Amino acid sequence: MIKQAQEVSHQCAHCGEPCPPDEQFCCQGCQTVYELLNENGLCRYYEINNKPGVAQRQPVRQDKFAFLDDERTERQLLQFRDEKQAHVTFHIPHIHCSSCLWLLENLHRLDAGVQQTEVNFAEKDVRIIYGPNKTSLRKIAETLTSIGYEPYISLQDLKSRKPAPNRKLIYQLGVAGFCFANIMLLSFPEYFSGEGHMEGQMTVVFRYLNLLLSLPVFLYSAQAFYMPAWKGLKHGFLNIDLPIVLAIVTTFVRSVVDVLSGSGGGYFDSMTGIVMFMLIGRLLQDKTYRGLSFDRDYTAYFPIAVTVVKDGNEAPTQLPDVKTGDTLLIHHQELIPADGLLVKGSALIDYSFVTGESVPVRKQMGEIIYAGGRQLEGNMEILTIREVAQSYLTSLWNREELRRDNPGKPSFIHLLGQYFTWVVLFIAAATAVYWGIYDSAKIWPSVTAILIIACPCALLLAASFTNGHMLRILSRHKLYLRNAQAIERLAGVTHIVFDKTGTLTGKSSTTVSWHGRELTHAEVSAVAALTAHSQHPASRQVREFVGKPVVHTIDRFSEQTGQGLQGWVHQMHVQLGSAAYTGAREAVQPGASVVHVNINGDHAGYYLLEHAYRKGIPEMLGELQQHFGLTLLSGDQPGEAGNLRRMMGDKATLLFQQQAHDKLDRIVQLQEKGEKVLMIGDGLNDAGALRQSDAGISLTEDSNNFTPASDGILEASQLHRLPAFIRMSRINKRIILIAFLYSIVYNLTGLFFAVQGILSPLTAAILMPSSSISIILLTWGMSEYAGRKQLR
Amino acid sequence: MSVIIILLCVSLAVAIFFLVAFIWSVKDGQYDDDYSPAHRMLFDDKTSKE
Repeated sequence: MIKQAQEVSHQCAHCGEPCPPDEQFCCQGCQTVYELLNENGLCRYYEINNKPGVAQRQPVRQDKFAFLDDERTERQLLQFRDEKQAHVTFHIPHIHCSSCLWLLENLHRLDAGVQQTEVNFAEKDVRIIYGPNKTSLRKIAETLTSIGYEPYISLQDLKSRKPAPNRKLIYQLGVAGFCFANIMLLSFPEYFSGEGHMEGQMTVVFRYLNLLLSLPVFLYSAQAFYMPAWKGLKHGFLNIDLPIVLAIVTTFVRSVVDVLSGSGGGYFDSMTGIVMFMLIGRLLQDKTYRGLSFDRDYTAYFPIAVTVVKDGNEAPTQLPDVKTGDTLLIHHQELIPADGLLVKGSALIDYSFVTGESVPVRKQMGEIIYAGGRQLEGNMEILTIREVAQSYLTSLWNREELRRDNPGKPSFIHLLGQYFTWVVLFIAAATAVYWGIYDSAKIWPSVTAILIIACPCALLLAASFTNGHMLRILSRHKLYLRNAQAIERLAGVTHIVFDKTGTLTGKSSTTVSWHGRELTHAEVSAVAALTAHSQHPASRQVREFVGKPVVHTIDRFSEQTGQGLQGWVHQMHVQLGSAAYTGAREAVQPGASVVHVNINGDHAGYYLLEHAYRKGIPEMLGELQQHFGLTLLSGDQPGEAGNLRRMMGDKATLLFQQQAHDKLDRIVQLQEKGEKVLMIGDGLNDAGALRQSDAGISLTEDSNNFTPASDGILEASQLHRLPAFIRMSRINKRIILIAFLYSIVYNLTGLFFAVQGILSPLTAAILMPSSSISIILLTWGMSEYAGRKQLR
Repeated sequence: MSVIIILLCVSLAVAIFFLVAFIWSVKDGQYDDDYSPAHRMLFDDKTSKE
């Protein structure tokens, strides 16, 4: 019966969603877009990709972009402006295929004032150049919206421009690669000719050219190591960059002395080579996920402007200018930007942004509505009682704990590097003393050679390549970590804190079941059609359960707030809603969400909506409780306590009705007990806890969505892999150590020559690249193997 | 042997040319977006057919 309802093969020509058999489009919105494109000869949009559009069922409010007419807002958004040209960049989350690309770059055919548009696909940005006297920012935004590409403009756009991507590391690598290759080439003749076979003059020319070529590496490329070393030194902390700088400087000075004195060719190739390999490692490790942001604060969620009602006039006002006592008009589906009292209209607020709880809350006239909620039921007016900057939601971000930087423990690599340095310095000193007694001429060559060969670059290489590769393996399984330190923090975790709402239970994974008499196909599709007209979450869940709507015309549709909805479909009167509304006698299962169905006055049965846990969650919790302490901090009522206790075991702490600051305090308490806390959350109310914890991972249904600031973003469908992710982060450390021990073999070989003062440039030139390349291959192979095994 | 010196200068000049080309291409943002340019070139210009 349910299958029949889903047997709709006919698809909308615009967005590809199912639609009625005799229609071309699923909704009015899609048809409007199609007609607009057709009129302007832009139908190639549909040829490049099949049905590339996005469903346009939710119409966008007429004057939504009225605030763009405000000159100050306009000035803040534009990157450049003179009489002839203005440049603006819009973020458009809908961009997803080459059709989008084509259509957006042909925008000038819809709006003659647009001179040029350029899409940056990776960032989902569109850069538009237009003539300000021919069109306006508002008109462009409205044109974009009318073809289904609504720009996302948030308060964050007012404050800061995106920083230009930092490309210095790439330039440094390019220079190092260039110099290394040429120095290598110029060194070969001397290596292979043997003693005295080259003309003296030629050797000198080659050596000086090498010296010249090594200068850019020494002075420019190696800056990537000088800076962190200097910073560490200033803070009294010996990091791994310091011994590396020592080695680079020693190698350079020794080589220059060799060349100037004519006693040898120097170790320029080894030095430039190692700088190049280390830069590659650093570049791999610093890879960022573009399009994902780990630093969002509330400004990214808030609109730029809001409608203020003053003396019966509506005026768009910039959010920072909203004062206490202003009356704000909040439209359907808009975010509430400031705390206020409801003064007009009916309020059904979806707080899932703030609490992660998806069931909307009804507010009565005069009640306080907190910022961050989304209005689901028509327009309403609120009287602001606190300015945006002082609102409850905003104050969560401005708490003292969150302001201070949390530097955390330095990576074990630095500690290991320190031991390593002391050992090397000891060997160098011992060698110097030995040669001081027996042959003082050998002190200089042997000591410098020791410092050259024993630089901990192998350790740095092992770490950066392993980390970089591990980040890639994890991102393949939809865990996007902010940086390499996050892997190490994840490995050290001893206690895991879950936020229940939306974390363990998926937002859409409510199980729906039908209890009652069997419905006919016509009846099922009537239910589907009715629910399609309602934004209530229960309607959405029922609609998802019965299938996509087979569109029927509905007569006399009405929705009664908090009660239910009804309408006539094919001479059939259908009522959906609460027991009282539909006239059902018994109230089944107290506490559960129930949607009763009444057809032509007969109670046909009810849909039971139950919370469901995400896939694999019980197994995951079972596995985790053996190794970690578990805590659950939920904002909900303790209704699910029994189920959760069964899954999380007796030792777990379960706390309900937790406010945002309770969650944060709880994590501080755990940390004071010496626990390393991993927090998994999603809502904005977890933002403080995510930040305070040693590792915070925010969960998202879709990585294009907005997530609060955290160390990592995990797609919700992969949550059951959490134990494997933690295991991987521990294996990561082991791989670095193995690669490091392995590299010591090379170091010892080199030391064998170095202490005797007979390390030739050729030996160094063979040892250096072979150790680097074998470490790269080793770490790659091991992490790939571990990834295959753990995350199959 | 001076011919080798000349060759050396020429080869270095060529290498420097490519280094400069690389730096220019990075600065120009050619590696920033690997999707749009690849698809943009496939669109034909005469799309205004009714």
